[in-house]
Amino acid sequence: MRSAGQVTTPGADRQREMFEALSTRLQDVFRSLRGQPRLTEESVEAALREIRLALLEADVNFRVVKAFVDRVRDRAVDQAVLRSLTPDQHVVRIVRDEMRALFGDTTGGLPPATSSPRVILLLGLQGSGKTTTAAKLGAWLGRQGRHALLVSTDVRRPAAIAQLSVVGTQAGLRVHDPEGEMDPVVRASGALVATKNLGYDTLIVDTAGRLHLDDELMAELEAIQRAVAAGDRLFVADAMTGQDAIKSAGEFNRRIGVTGVVLTKMDGDARGGAALSVVGVLGVPIAFVGSGERVQDLEPFHPDRVVSRVLGMGDVLSLIEKAEQVITTEDAARLERKIRRDEFTLEDFRDQLRAIRKMGPLEQILGMIPGMGALKELNAQRDQIDEGQLTRVEAIINSMTPTERRQHQMINGSRRKRIARGSGTSVEEVNRLLKQFVEMRKMLKVVGGMAGSGRGKKGKGKGRRQALHNLRSMMNQ
Amino acid sequence: MTVFGRIRQGLARTTKQLVSRLDEVLGAPGTAARRSRPVDLQTADALEEVLLSADVGVAATGLIVDAVRAQAGRDADLRALVKAEILSVLAGAERPVALGGPPHVVLVVGVNGTGKTTTVGKLAALARAEGRQPLICAADTFRAAAVEQLEIWARRAGVDLVRAQAGGDPAAVVFDALASAKARGRDLVIVDTAGRLHTRVNLMGELEKIRRVAARETPGAPHEVLLVLDATVGQNGLVQAREFLQAAGVTGIVLAKLDGTAKGGIAVAIAHDLGLPIRYVGVGEAIDDLVPFSPRDYVDALFEEKW
Ligand SMILES: Nc1nc2c(ncn2[C@@H]2O[C@H](COP(=O)(O)OP(=O)(O)O)[C@@H](O)[C@H]2O)c(=O)[nH]1
Ligand SMILES: Nc1nc2c(ncn2[C@@H]2O[C@H](COP(=O)(O)OP(=O)(O)O)[C@@H](O)[C@H]2O)c(=O)[nH]1
Ligand SMILES: [Mg+2]
Ligand SMILES: [Mg+2]
Repeated sequence: MRSAGQVTTPGADRQREMFEALSTRLQDVFRSLRGQPRLTEESVEAALREIRLALLEADVNFRVVKAFVDRVRDRAVDQAVLRSLTPDQHVVRIVRDEMRALFGDTTGGLPPATSSPRVILLLGLQGSGKTTTAAKLGAWLGRQGRHALLVSTDVRRPAAIAQLSVVGTQAGLRVHDPEGEMDPVVRASGALVATKNLGYDTLIVDTAGRLHLDDELMAELEAIQRAVAAGDRLFVADAMTGQDAIKSAGEFNRRIGVTGVVLTKMDGDARGGAALSVVGVLGVPIAFVGSGERVQDLEPFHPDRVVSRVLGMGDVLSLIEKAEQVITTEDAARLERKIRRDEFTLEDFRDQLRAIRKMGPLEQILGMIPGMGALKELNAQRDQIDEGQLTRVEAIINSMTPTERRQHQMINGSRRKRIARGSGTSVEEVNRLLKQFVEMRKMLKVVGGMAGSGRGKKGKGKGRRQALHNLRSMMNQ
Repeated sequence: MTVFGRIRQGLARTTKQLVSRLDEVLGAPGTAARRSRPVDLQTADALEEVLLSADVGVAATGLIVDAVRAQAGRDADLRALVKAEILSVLAGAERPVALGGPPHVVLVVGVNGTGKTTTVGKLAALARAEGRQPLICAADTFRAAAVEQLEIWARRAGVDLVRAQAGGDPAAVVFDALASAKARGRDLVIVDTAGRLHTRVNLMGELEKIRRVAARETPGAPHEVLLVLDATVGQNGLVQAREFLQAAGVTGIVLAKLDGTAKGGIAVAIAHDLGLPIRYVGVGEAIDDLVPFSPRDYVDALFEEKW
């Protein structure tokens, strides 16, 4: 089994450009216009160009991008925005709201079953993750107290049936496999009978991958559906997929009627904008997100997470959830104050590191951080941040005097040498840490500004709450 | 109407391809009618649209469209200009396949589910048809039934397979395969590897280890490292190519699943940015559905709607 906990990727610097947060880009646009007494429609256009770029780079379908940008323009070319002191935040908020509106109030998971037994059909292109998802979903249902039987109808891909047996067994699930039966429809309907006879409450039907323009295979899928009358027809889509996704999903939807989407391979660094377009165009919810190759790597979908990711704003909500488990509200409030006053010290930084280490596998957490996170860059030169690395960072901070930790500016050359010696690290490492810390402070300052305080003008209601929310999550990196 | 309403309707209405806006603007290919016009904004937009919808990406699309605008005179055939521009990007990445061995060692890598195992089977068949004597190495010791899948492909291609126990060390299997190829006098070893996301540092490190072991056993090996990309892949394809280039020394791209409606246009950006050539394209699930890449056919296909 592959181990979790190993992080992410070489070349963080190179990748940074690609993952440059939309919010940062917008700040740049508006910053270049600062000093002008008022913002103009042209500057809004410049911002819209950035939005367009960011969305296209996130693989949002270009038709969707066009419609979307028009809609944001309508709302943004508005006196309130033009007069705003913080037009960048204003525009980001509009973009985010529009994206959220897309999903409505959908939450992930499955709707209540409409039939007994419940039948779930997994469909999609080749290699998208259907077979893996079948086992993951069975295991997830098991955790909900359900009992799922699995069946493969993939008689095309070599060893696909064997694959489902292996992953199903790994997940502790029963897999229906009538040996030698090579008719997909017979396999499916046989499994439905077995589901009832054996007293299972759910049947998960894995299907062969197929191209949406393969009429014969699409007809086969229709036949399978006629045989099992699945109430849940989940389109399994790869998060790395591009512009073509709405075509294929559209055709599957037209022929079978898709009820939900499973977005796989979200453990990578793809933004998943195509899937978002699919959801928008089909008008169906994302039910689950696949985040790894292991049986347990499946989670019900949270709209905010994907929205933030597409926009490059980081997976703020997931972070908050995780962070809240290890950081008390008082801690958070205290830190929030500090960040607003620009008083964030190396001591606080160390506390955050400790908190992060309590939060679980770094791989997942760092992936959620905007622009891959300041932390990750701590180690841009090396290939990975591991627990050992964090231990070294902590050792460096521990070797500082309390005053140094509170006033990092005073750490000069000879102090750096002493600290390196004391922590058993090198001066380069100390330098790197301090540099990153300074950058992190800068970033936090920007976010601190987003909370709206200290600028005289307070956002109200929901917007402000959201800003604080973001702030809290950034802080908890 | 919501943002998506119009698009949704469009998709529901037709199973036919939405008419390319380029054709709308330029007239269908071959019709001389509306050719003679300078590159106005509308035309540039339409060009851009074709490229973006093929996943060429914003940056590469911008470069191509700009180059075309710079060249285009009043009577220019824009479609031809764009094709020529893309051809020159692809040509710029072309390079001969390194020779080496025997055995010549080809390592096949990529993220999960792109078509690596299938490509290995097809490559073996292609090599046999050329009179070579390949051996397949099953170095995906991770994915469920991956070896069984490859065994079926080996049988279809009529070649031998060297395998390890499930969960074994991939580099060790590669070592065995190279030793065995020498012993059996095979001139080509094709290595199938487990899918891995490029963000997984330890798994990328595994590829480096495979390379080291291969080089120790056969000088210069692996002689070729093919990155299999799924033709449906979006902008992440460029990131994949970068990371696999760095960690595994990729020498060429295989664009699998090009038989769908996706165009795999990110390969153009990869050729431009990283200078990696496309070597083969996968056009189906049968054993002979792998063809050497033809830039000209590819560029034609970019402008062709399949539905
Ligand atoms: N990293 C990662 N890999 C996945 C995920 N889901 C599936 N895979 C991998 O993607 C590949 C294709 O998956 P499979 O279930 O065989 O796809 P199918 O052809 O649609 O049945 C396999 O290597 C899986 O291990 C995921 O969420 N994350
Ligand atoms: N239509 C089509 N399907 C392909 C092609 N190449 C591979 N596939 C399918 O894609 C899926 C994943 O292929 P596989 O070789 O197992 O991918 P791997 O996980 O990268 O080894 C299988 O269902 C294959 O049949 C291709 O060129 N065209
Ligand atoms: Mg499958
Ligand atoms: Mg494989």
